[in-house]
Amino acid sequence: MKLHVNGQVREFEAEEDTPLLWVIREQLGLTGTKYGCGVAQCGACTVHIDGEPTRSCVRPVSTVTADQKIVTIEGLSLDGNHPVQKAWAALDVPQCGFCQSGMIMAAAALLKQKKNPTDADIDAAMTNICRCGTYNRVRKAIHVIAKGGDVKTAGLDIVEGSKA
Amino acid sequence: MSAMNRRSFIGRSLGATAGLMFGFHIPFAEAQPAQAAAVPDAPEINAWVVVKPDDTIVVRIARSEMGQGTLTGLAQLVVEELDGDWSKVTTEYPSPGRQLARNRVWGSFSTGGSRGVRESHEYVRKGGAAARMMLVQAAAAQWGVPPAECTAAKSVITHTPSGRTLTYGKVADAAGKLKAPAAADIKLKDPKDWKLAGKRLARLDTVDKTAGKQIYGMDFKLPGMLNAAIKDCPVFGGKVKSFDAAAIASKPGVKKVMQVGDSAVAVVADTWWRARSALDALPIEWDKGPNAGMNSKDTAAWIKAGLDAPDAAVGNSNGDAKAALASAHRKIEAVYSYPHQNHATMEVMNATAVWTPERCDVWTPTQNGEAALAATSEAAGLPQSKCDVTKLHLGGGFGRRGATHDWVTQVVKIAKEMPGTPIKLIWTREEDMQHGRYHPVTQCKLTAGLDAKGEVTSLHMRIAGQSILAALFPQNVKDGKDPAVFQGLNPPGPEASFGYTIPNLLIDHAMRNPAVPPGFWRGVNLNQNAIYVECFLDEIAHATKQDPLALRRKLMKDSPKHLAVLNAVAEKAGWSKPPKKGIYRGIAQTMGFGSYVAAVAEVSVSKEGKLKIHRIVAATDPGHAVNPQQIEAQVEGSFVYGLSAALYGEITIKDGAAEQTNFDTYNVLKMDEMPKVETVVMPSGGFWGGVGEPTIAVAAPAVLNAIFAATGKRIRDLPLKNHSLKKA
Repeated sequence: MKLHVNGQVREFEAEEDTPLLWVIREQLGLTGTKYGCGVAQCGACTVHIDGEPTRSCVRPVSTVTADQKIVTIEGLSLDGNHPVQKAWAALDVPQCGFCQSGMIMAAAALLKQKKNPTDADIDAAMTNICRCGTYNRVRKAIHVIAKGGDVKTAGLDIVEGSKA
Repeated sequence: MSAMNRRSFIGRSLGATAGLMFGFHIPFAEAQPAQAAAVPDAPEINAWVVVKPDDTIVVRIARSEMGQGTLTGLAQLVVEELDGDWSKVTTEYPSPGRQLARNRVWGSFSTGGSRGVRESHEYVRKGGAAARMMLVQAAAAQWGVPPAECTAAKSVITHTPSGRTLTYGKVADAAGKLKAPAAADIKLKDPKDWKLAGKRLARLDTVDKTAGKQIYGMDFKLPGMLNAAIKDCPVFGGKVKSFDAAAIASKPGVKKVMQVGDSAVAVVADTWWRARSALDALPIEWDKGPNAGMNSKDTAAWIKAGLDAPDAAVGNSNGDAKAALASAHRKIEAVYSYPHQNHATMEVMNATAVWTPERCDVWTPTQNGEAALAATSEAAGLPQSKCDVTKLHLGGGFGRRGATHDWVTQVVKIAKEMPGTPIKLIWTREEDMQHGRYHPVTQCKLTAGLDAKGEVTSLHMRIAGQSILAALFPQNVKDGKDPAVFQGLNPPGPEASFGYTIPNLLIDHAMRNPAVPPGFWRGVNLNQNAIYVECFLDEIAHATKQDPLALRRKLMKDSPKHLAVLNAVAEKAGWSKPPKKGIYRGIAQTMGFGSYVAAVAEVSVSKEGKLKIHRIVAATDPGHAVNPQQIEAQVEGSFVYGLSAALYGEITIKDGAAEQTNFDTYNVLKMDEMPKVETVVMPSGGFWGGVGEPTIAVAAPAVLNAIFAATGKRIRDLPLKNHSLKKA
């Protein structure tokens, strides 16, 4: 079987009903995409398929063709410098961080669709579960990006290590 | 000097007195197990600090990072005293095996009870301070000047009279060979002089988490590794009767099907998905055992009987509550209950193990590396000196990954069946939900006696239900009393004290332990105790037509710290002025994990009964605030955890098994329900409190009291999902 992942065509062997998530994690070795529930509830497995945020844990790999472009957290940017990743880092959004790959992929898709999402847009698009409780910083980070990326607008006054 | 000789040199150079004072007690080389000694530690200044030639500072962190920020906070404390350059700081975990070999030089590895900073602040700061003194001494020796003429700042030592400078990296090797300063000579800074501690520094562990690069236990890989999926008997206390391994032997990738212990079956395959798929197809017959008929309703009735049982352990009392109640002018009584809940960490339980007859190694996310090592050793049938555990990053802990390491026991037993082959065990979410170590189930009957003026003169608070310690640390239960049950209800003192002065008080507990395994669940017993007390006080206030804040203030005259956080949230929320039309407020306070916390919630409830939590104002006095922006993150997160529990959190038992199996039946708070949180961090100094847990306890009562204000409905049985808030 073949998949187009993060700009490369990758070949692998798997049963047809294997969820895309497990092919990404096991056959392709990309472990940034997480298993949280396996029933499309938590969003930790979110990847982009042709730009659409998709819960890969319930998507049989056989239903994705080799010309559909899959992007995982590892492929979102070259050096972790996608605006969403930069805002996430600047606002210290992650706590344990386990849900954050999915959060970031969902946020990146939302911001591509809507440059300046309202709180209601964020509520509707960001249905990922975070047990540590980072929701308010996720919301702040999305607004920061929409306003052009100036982290000062979030009002968190976080001091970067190099400036301590 | 070889690493091992160097270590023994440090061991001898630090006297026993210093060791006892601040945990630098390093054993002599001959006491070290051969295997562990063969793996040297990097050249170090002392157990806490390594400085590399390029000036990189490696701070050793004993507690586990699971999102709560302890790794950054502890490093801030060490580097503050080290006078190190924060931009050059990295961290590493010493392994439990090294800890054992070095006679527990790093103090406790246990990461629970919000203890990371509050119980190790002193010895980690002394570790940083001692390292600074040794670095300065080494530089002074190189220059041939008295150390007193030298100062240190940002990893640079300056000889003040001559202006000469050396960086820490240049003298680290020499410093590491020096005799450590005597404990009495190590002076810690006054917190008012802190430059790094107390500041809103960025976490040290964020960037990898934004790029999918952070390796969690589930992501760990070894060459030649196989994957295991497991199914434990869903009925608590049940066993495996039989299973038909032949039925799945030809499934793709399957390598082995085996029984694990007496209650579980595992499938090992090349990939985890294949292991899991084969396991799902495996016919298993269970011997459901003595709890096959257990259900939540019967358990609740049994616990309820404890509310009036004659035998109970007393946790706090003064005056004569029973006599005062008998003669009270008026009595107010209410019964509350709190259900079983699952930790539901985002990352399910998992571990990787390699077993050989000579040695066993485990890699796992754990809140207590030493306990994980003990579990490894026991399951491996090997002494601890022939085992080690590598602590991997946790995708959430919340108490699930600390006191019991059932998944470690399982993976070692599986690996033991396949000597030399690395095995990674990952639970399914369903396994995780049905085999938790659940928040204990309790009920509480509160009876207040009022005099003719409506003043509260007596209170009897009878708790009935489950004890965590009885299940996990029975040696700490004395004469039927589990002291942890009374969290937040203790007599005046520095830990979890009851903030109200009532002339006649009796708080007691009738233990009733159902066969559902309990565990320490973030916030532990403070969670339900704060609901019981704070909602009942709200009931008294309304019954006596008093303002809930005014009633509390009246009863809190002897508890100024409790009162200070309460006043802070009242002021910030604007309690003295009515809220906007349609918005209703509730207030709550408590004390636990060494800190004082309070909250005001503002809610609205629609005609259809839809609850919206608009705003939370929270205050925390943790004594000292090491990183205020991370405290704010913990406070916000605590509302997510506490409100998830209040709104949805419930594990019910039917036919001896947990009925909830995944997030579709065990709902949690999501973005659309998350209120705005305004946090006041107000450290008053003089003590060290935790921040990861206490705030959870005020989330539910503040909201429940606001719901009463909005609807007149008093919710006494959690969670809220079981109640209609629709106007009658």
